[in-house]
Amino acid sequence: MSFHKHTLPNGLTIIGEISPSARSAAVGFFVKTGSRDETPEVSGVSHFLEHMVFKGTPHRTALEVNYDFDKIGASYNAFTSEENTVFYAAILPEYLPQAVDILADILRPSLRGDDFDMEKKVIIEEIGMYDDQPMWCAYDNAKKAFFADHPLGNSILGTADSITALSRDQMQAYYDHRYVAPNITVAVAGNFAWPDAVKLIEKQCGHWPTGSAPRPDVRPALPRAHLQVMTKEKLNQEQVFMLAPAPAADSMQRYAADALAMIIGDDSGSRLYWALVDPGYADSADMSFHDYEGTGSYFTSFSCKPEKTQDNLALIQEILREVQREGVSEDELAVAKSKILSRVVRGSERPMGRMQALGMGWTYLHTYRSVDEELANFDAVSLKDIRGVLDKFPFDALTVLALGPLAKLE
Amino acid sequence: MPQQVFQHTFPNGLTLLLERMDHVRSAAVNFLVPAGCVYDPPGQLGLVSIFSDMITRGAGDRDSRALTLAMDSLGLDHSESVGQLHLRFWGSTLARNIPPALELFADILRRPHLPPEELDAVKELALQDLQALEDEPRAKVMVELRRRFWPAPLGQDRRGTPESIERITPKNMRAFHDARFGPKGIILSVAGNMEWQLLRDQVEKLFGDWQGAGTQPPELTPPPRGNAHLPKDTTQTQIVIAYPSVPFGHPDYYAALGAVQVLSGGMGARLFTEVREKRGLCYSVSANYQTFKQVAGILCYAGTTTERAQETLDVTIAELKRMTDGVTEEEVQRVRAGLKSSVIMQEESTSSRAGALASDWYYLGRVRSTEEIQQAIDALSPATILEHVKKYLPRDFTIVTLGKNPLQLPV
Repeated sequence: MSFHKHTLPNGLTIIGEISPSARSAAVGFFVKTGSRDETPEVSGVSHFLEHMVFKGTPHRTALEVNYDFDKIGASYNAFTSEENTVFYAAILPEYLPQAVDILADILRPSLRGDDFDMEKKVIIEEIGMYDDQPMWCAYDNAKKAFFADHPLGNSILGTADSITALSRDQMQAYYDHRYVAPNITVAVAGNFAWPDAVKLIEKQCGHWPTGSAPRPDVRPALPRAHLQVMTKEKLNQEQVFMLAPAPAADSMQRYAADALAMIIGDDSGSRLYWALVDPGYADSADMSFHDYEGTGSYFTSFSCKPEKTQDNLALIQEILREVQREGVSEDELAVAKSKILSRVVRGSERPMGRMQALGMGWTYLHTYRSVDEELANFDAVSLKDIRGVLDKFPFDALTVLALGPLAKLE
Repeated sequence: MPQQVFQHTFPNGLTLLLERMDHVRSAAVNFLVPAGCVYDPPGQLGLVSIFSDMITRGAGDRDSRALTLAMDSLGLDHSESVGQLHLRFWGSTLARNIPPALELFADILRRPHLPPEELDAVKELALQDLQALEDEPRAKVMVELRRRFWPAPLGQDRRGTPESIERITPKNMRAFHDARFGPKGIILSVAGNMEWQLLRDQVEKLFGDWQGAGTQPPELTPPPRGNAHLPKDTTQTQIVIAYPSVPFGHPDYYAALGAVQVLSGGMGARLFTEVREKRGLCYSVSANYQTFKQVAGILCYAGTTTERAQETLDVTIAELKRMTDGVTEEEVQRVRAGLKSSVIMQEESTSSRAGALASDWYYLGRVRSTEEIQQAIDALSPATILEHVKKYLPRDFTIVTLGKNPLQLPV
């Protein structure tokens, strides 16, 4: 594997990791923009814009975009998070030129009015789809409660109202501001020739406008302890999320935080598993670490019969207090490292997986971390590091949100 | 590099398959045990699901915690999933950790503790699983579609009922293991960076002395079919539609697959184009091919807000019927490109390959080479697909909806 980097005069960065034994190549355009970069008037615009990018350019209609991707057998899609909008495709190596051609073209979308109105309906359907998924509703509301007035609390999808009210011109203005060359990284991974890839991308993207799209508000989240119950009488199970502050994406403590979350709440053999799932008190219970620019969060969640919620909450709080007090054991840390090693290695075997890791790594850190470096960073985590992250980000002020039949919770 | 596929069936009836993949560091293993939920004893529906949770709660010399610790220490991601005909044990980790992982799997399959004192906890989880289904409209509507569409017992839901779960005892667990777990008919497939001779010797050591009779597949009875509406106060209406196709291994199999790809193979495929792109009726719409040995079907899904549900159903059905008007050369080109690239990209995933080896062996009794599959894909044309859909017309729809209002169904 070898790493390469090139920055175009307009500020667009191209990075690549070549793996000659791969059967495919993957290319992704990482635009550093998401729901946290939105004002309330345009809530949901990043995600809606992600959809509109597929709706055509001066050179392609919406249908032609889909046909051209399908013609080369591409696995392609896009996603929008709080901080990133990513467009990507995995293809057989010989189709890299076509894939770059389509992706670069659609990143300069026409945003035609009739397509905009049609896609609005699809977005409202997507909001409706999530509306019927209790776990997702609980997640979204817990995030809102935890981040409160911090922009990371902004909804990715927006609401049916905010989407309905959004105009094409508002989207165009957001696009012009955010989709400038220095705010975009192109990551390529797998079986490809670096000089050819740079030439292709430079030809397609070299004329893109430059500019700056700073992210103004990157303060850490400082939530207060908080409990919220959303009663949905028609549901059977109670969904609970518990959020606590954690290290940011650019912190070296992220490795310890990840290992700690795995020890407490992995779906196999973790403390939460043995305390809640093994005895049948909850049908799922886990903890994961999410890192963002400037801040981070532990997400602990479980679902159970409503009448068991209070007891389960107490059990989890006891586990968190115990970990806070006593830390974890050497054995637990060793097992977590084995799991992480296995997952990182397997996740990197496909160019699609490497491309995502590469693009995200660059967007947040402006550095390259090979698979082996990433593994070494995990391997270096010690009990002292775990203690360090526990001291800096204690579990003592949890934001708890329960969604389900329960009327109240203490 | 040509594919390196190895196969051996041991005298006791267990089949071992390996695809050696030198370019990766990991490996995946996949056991298909003919003990799926169709073998739930009458009156004890849900038993296999409960059994699949119980079977990893201690095995061989290790209790439940020690066994989990041993798997986690190997970085072994694993799952036990209940299919209609098979109980599937899947695991994946670094290739060098696969030999000790296989020892654990041998304990789990052959020497599970099935601890009676844990059965109540597992039954409690099974009951919650049933409860949770009511909170998941998309899963719920599929359960009802399968029940109506497939010949019994292939459409039976693995979750059982509160009453049937209640009746299950520790004795039933042991009896199920005695009756259904034997080497005959088990397919163990491995894909990844492994040596054939070493693997074969180890599997012989771990499973070679295992004896037991095989399981007879169940007798099928005609499906209930018919349409249904499940009333529920949800934001979206869920629409699912099924109609018969030809099973894997049938001479028309690739044509059937091609037809489904024309409908739902990429974002340029017909359902996505007509239902979502041109009309904005829904976010999610798709058609999937599903197969058993004797029967197969196309299962379609669309989720849409109540007011637009009728139009969504009408447009979807019209698209299914329009298949008999023929498909274009451009459409078939896209289908070929999509299928070919997915076949090649599968070579990058040990889990996909392990799964594909097992399924080829189960349905065909052999493993198809990439070349064979590519030739069959290349042979797809508008004529072969049209000939197929005219022989197997999209009709005899089984339709289930879930949402606020029932819909007007096609006659």
